[in-house]
Amino acid sequence: MSRAALLLALATAATAPAWVWNPYHLHTLIMAGIFAVLALSLNLLLGYTGQLSLGHAAFFGIGAYAAGLLTVKLEWSPWIGLLAAVVLPGAAGYVIGRLALKLRGAYFVLLTISFAGCVSLVSVNWMDLTNGPLGLPGVPPLEIALPGLPPLSLRTKAAFYYVVLAAVALSYLVCLALIRSRVGRALVALRENETLAASVGIDGTHYLVLAAVVSAAMAGFGGGLYAHYTRFVSPEVFLFTYTVTMVIMVVAGGKGTLAGPIVGAVLFTVLPEALRAATSWQWQMLLYGVLLVGVLFFMPEGIVPAARRRWSAS
Amino acid sequence: MDQLLQHLLNGLLLGATYSLLGIGLTLVFGLMNVVNFAHGEFYTLGAYAAFAALSLASVHFFLAIPLAIAAGALAGAVCERCLLRPLRGQSIDTVMLVMIGVWITMQNAELLGWGGVAKSVPTPFPTEPLVLGPVSVAPLRVFVFVVSGGLILGAHLLLARTKLGRAMRATFQDRETAALMGVSIERIHTITFAFGAGLAAAAGALLGPVFLLYPSMGDLASLKAFSVVILGGLGNFAGAALGGLVLGVAEELGAGYVSSGYRDAVGFLMIVAVLLLRPSGLFARAERVG
Repeated sequence: MSRAALLLALATAATAPAWVWNPYHLHTLIMAGIFAVLALSLNLLLGYTGQLSLGHAAFFGIGAYAAGLLTVKLEWSPWIGLLAAVVLPGAAGYVIGRLALKLRGAYFVLLTISFAGCVSLVSVNWMDLTNGPLGLPGVPPLEIALPGLPPLSLRTKAAFYYVVLAAVALSYLVCLALIRSRVGRALVALRENETLAASVGIDGTHYLVLAAVVSAAMAGFGGGLYAHYTRFVSPEVFLFTYTVTMVIMVVAGGKGTLAGPIVGAVLFTVLPEALRAATSWQWQMLLYGVLLVGVLFFMPEGIVPAARRRWSAS
Repeated sequence: MDQLLQHLLNGLLLGATYSLLGIGLTLVFGLMNVVNFAHGEFYTLGAYAAFAALSLASVHFFLAIPLAIAAGALAGAVCERCLLRPLRGQSIDTVMLVMIGVWITMQNAELLGWGGVAKSVPTPFPTEPLVLGPVSVAPLRVFVFVVSGGLILGAHLLLARTKLGRAMRATFQDRETAALMGVSIERIHTITFAFGAGLAAAAGALLGPVFLLYPSMGDLASLKAFSVVILGGLGNFAGAALGGLVLGVAEELGAGYVSSGYRDAVGFLMIVAVLLLRPSGLFARAERVG
C-alpha cells in the first residue's frame, strides 16, 4: 500500500508539467518544492535534534541575497550564485550553532530569532550593498551551457519545475544519507537521552553544530532557488511568516520523518492557494496559528506518522 | 557631556519598561518552565485594551491602565486554563510550539480586529518637556518610569512577602509537598501565568501612548523581553529588572553614537556576548526565583 502510494506520488510529481497547464498552478507547485527543501532543512534540526530554529528565514534570506548580489552586482554565473547560497548560510549556521548549542533549548530559539531580526536590519539599512527596502531586481535565470550547444535557459516554469524537483530529491537524499549514517544515529541518541549518549562517547555539541550547518546550508539553497526563480530579492525574504510556515509544515507533516516535511510543504502551499479566493491573508495566518495548536493537541506526531499507523493497523 | 547625560536618562526611562516586560517573562519561565512566546501578544493586548477603554468607552487615562492589566491577566488565565493545563507534563518543546501558535493566532486576530493602520493613544500629560538642568524629559515618560518601577517593586513584594507568593514559589519547587500543605496547585499555575501576562499588558498600556499601536508591536516587545531575560539569566527576577535597565541604556547609546537604524540589533549583540562570556546571565549570583 505504502509502496504503491509512493510510486503514484513520484509519477505524479515527475509528469506534473505535462498535465498542469495553468501557469499559476505550476507556480504553486514550484513554491511547494522550494518549501519542501526548506521544511526538510528545518526538520533536520527540529525533528532529529529537537532544537527549534525560529530564525530559519535568515538562512533562507542570506541564500537569496548571496545568489542575488553575486549575479546582479558582480555578474557572476548563476551557478556560482547558487553555490554561494549554500556556502554562506552554512557558515552562518556554524557560527550560530557554536554560540547557542552549548546551551540548547530556549537559548537556541532566542538566538536564532534575534539573529534573523539582525540580518533583516542589515538588509534594510545597508543601502549600498542591498539597495535597502527597494530590493534587487534583475536576478538572472538559471542557464545550462554545454560546450558545442546553444545555452539552454531554465526561464520557463516547466523547466524550473524540474530544477526544483531535482533540488527536493537532492535535499531528501542528503537528509537520508545523514540520518542513516553514524551522524544520524548520534543525533537521535542525543535527542532521546543526552547523558546516555555522552557516556558512550558522543560529543553532543559537535554533532548538533554539524546538523545546524547542513540545515542552514539547505535553507540557503532554497533561498538561492527562490532568488533565481522570482528573479527579485528584497528584505521580505526575512519575513517571520516564512519561518512560521516552515514550522507548521514540519510539525503538521510529522517531525522526525523524511516524508513528513514534504507532505507538509505540498499541503500548506496548495491549501492556502486553494483557499485564497475564500479568505484573506490575515485569516490564513490566523488559521495557521489555530492549526498549529490543534495539531499539537490532537495529532502531536503529525500527519505522516499518524497515517502510517492507520495503514499498518488495518 | 550633556548629550551623554540625556542618552543615559532616556536609556533608563526606556529600560524600566524593558524590565517590566522581562520580569513577567522570567517569572513564567522560572516558576512554570514555560517559554512564553505569546508574551509580546499580551503586551499588544494591554496596549489595545487601554486604547479601547480610552477612545471607545472614554474612561479616564489613569483608570485605563488597571483595566488593561486586568484584560491581560484575564486573557492569560484563559490561555493557561484552556491550553497549558491539558499539556501539563508534556515536554517544554511541545508547550513552546503551542505558545508560538497562540502568538500567531493572537497577532492576526488583532490585525483582523483593529486593522493594520497604526493608532495613537491620547494622554492627559502636556507634550512640553520638563527641563532639568542639562537634560529634558517628557512628563509622560516620567510617569511611565514611576509606574513601571512601582509595578516591579510590587511584583517583588508579592513574591517575597505574601502568602500567595510563598505558595507560588513552593508549588514550583516541590508540587507534592506544596499540595500536602494545602496549596491548590492548579490555581497557582493559573495565577502565575495570569500574573506574567498582566505585567506584559501593563507594559503595553504604559508604552502604547509613548509609541504607536499596531498589531505586530508585540514582536519587538517579545524580542526585548527575551533579550532582558537572557541578560539577567533565565528565571532570575532581580537579573531581569537590572537587565532591562542595561539593555535600555545600551540601546540609547548605540542609537545615539553608532547608528539609529541598528538600534534593535544592540540586544542581539548583547545576547551573543552574554552567551559567549557568561551563559548563566550577567547577574548569575543574584537571587533566583523557583
